[in-house]
Amino acid sequence: MAEKTATQRIDFNELKSGGFIKQNQKDLFTVRLKVPGGRITPDKMMKIAEVAKKYSRMGYCHLSFRQSVEIIGVHIDDFDTVVKELAAVGQKIASCGPRVRVPTACGGCEYNPNGIMDTQSKALEVDEKFFGIPCPHKFKMGFSGCPIDCTRTREMDLGFQGVVYPVWGKDLCNGCTLCAKACQEGAIVPDKEGRPIFDESKCVYCGDCIRACPTDAWKDKKKGWLVRTGGKHGRHPREANEVLNFLPDNKVDDFVAATVKWYKENGKPKERIGSCIDRVGLEKFKKEVVGAFLKA
Amino acid sequence: MVNEEKIIPDDKIDLRGVLCPINFVKTKLKLEMMDAGQVLEVILDDGEPLRSVPRSIKEEGHKIIKVENIENAYRLLIRKA
Repeated sequence: MAEKTATQRIDFNELKSGGFIKQNQKDLFTVRLKVPGGRITPDKMMKIAEVAKKYSRMGYCHLSFRQSVEIIGVHIDDFDTVVKELAAVGQKIASCGPRVRVPTACGGCEYNPNGIMDTQSKALEVDEKFFGIPCPHKFKMGFSGCPIDCTRTREMDLGFQGVVYPVWGKDLCNGCTLCAKACQEGAIVPDKEGRPIFDESKCVYCGDCIRACPTDAWKDKKKGWLVRTGGKHGRHPREANEVLNFLPDNKVDDFVAATVKWYKENGKPKERIGSCIDRVGLEKFKKEVVGAFLKA
Repeated sequence: MVNEEKIIPDDKIDLRGVLCPINFVKTKLKLEMMDAGQVLEVILDDGEPLRSVPRSIKEEGHKIIKVENIENAYRLLIRKA
């Protein structure tokens, strides 16, 4: 009996959705592992290392651009064992193809002094609810905790970036002008007494003034997410459109659900949401998705 | 301003020409040698040092009680927490 070929044994499209990506080498695949937000425990890292050492026939891993760990050169016959061994520490396989991907996130507000919003817990939450949902094309999300935007939400199909709205109270101000020094946008200029004149049109809502103020005269009035849609990289990069500012933290899931629903209804096969927006118009997206969140 | 009248610092450190984050670390070490409530005078360059150091001092819980522009630099008085 002739040996079955890999194509007969396995449905490649099915494999692709499961995060097994065909390689140049016959019967070898890249196994893409799910690392939402790029945060991973040492236990998982050790298990991945152990599995990779045993089953990578090429002897290495690759850190993907979207924070996944990929085991390179896994033989098709080892799939089941690899999945089972990784599951022992709760390590899951990621996805590829036309569906909602694993969200990326910056390091996190627990230890980064610039952090405004909790990107790590939000990335986990969104991954839990939306991972793998089939779409017209790939759908990538990312979370940045502050306007430095390490996660590059401008390149995401749907990106969320932390923002904080500063308010100043004259009673606590001692006119030290440190806020004006701290502001990198020129949005704060001191008057003759050293008191700040705030130009909101220049403000990026980073909160540097609040952190710099020694007397707590600057406070945060509210925090939330700046939402960007329609970004992508690849052959034809497109910068995302800013569609909403100060989305409350507890509305993120609803916004993702509404956007994915709209994309599935409006997107053509193989069309990213950004191209779809270019075709049907940003106003349509704003009216049908963003509108419901404006009064939030 | 809080107690505008002459506050005499208990110690001084001139950090002109010292880059981030060494300037903050030196401030921190100096403060560690002092008692709670004592005042440290710090001289910082304008720009990045003045943007970063006061903020880090605040995060450590100390109080900046005075900020003063002196020639091409800034003089801060910090009360140790």
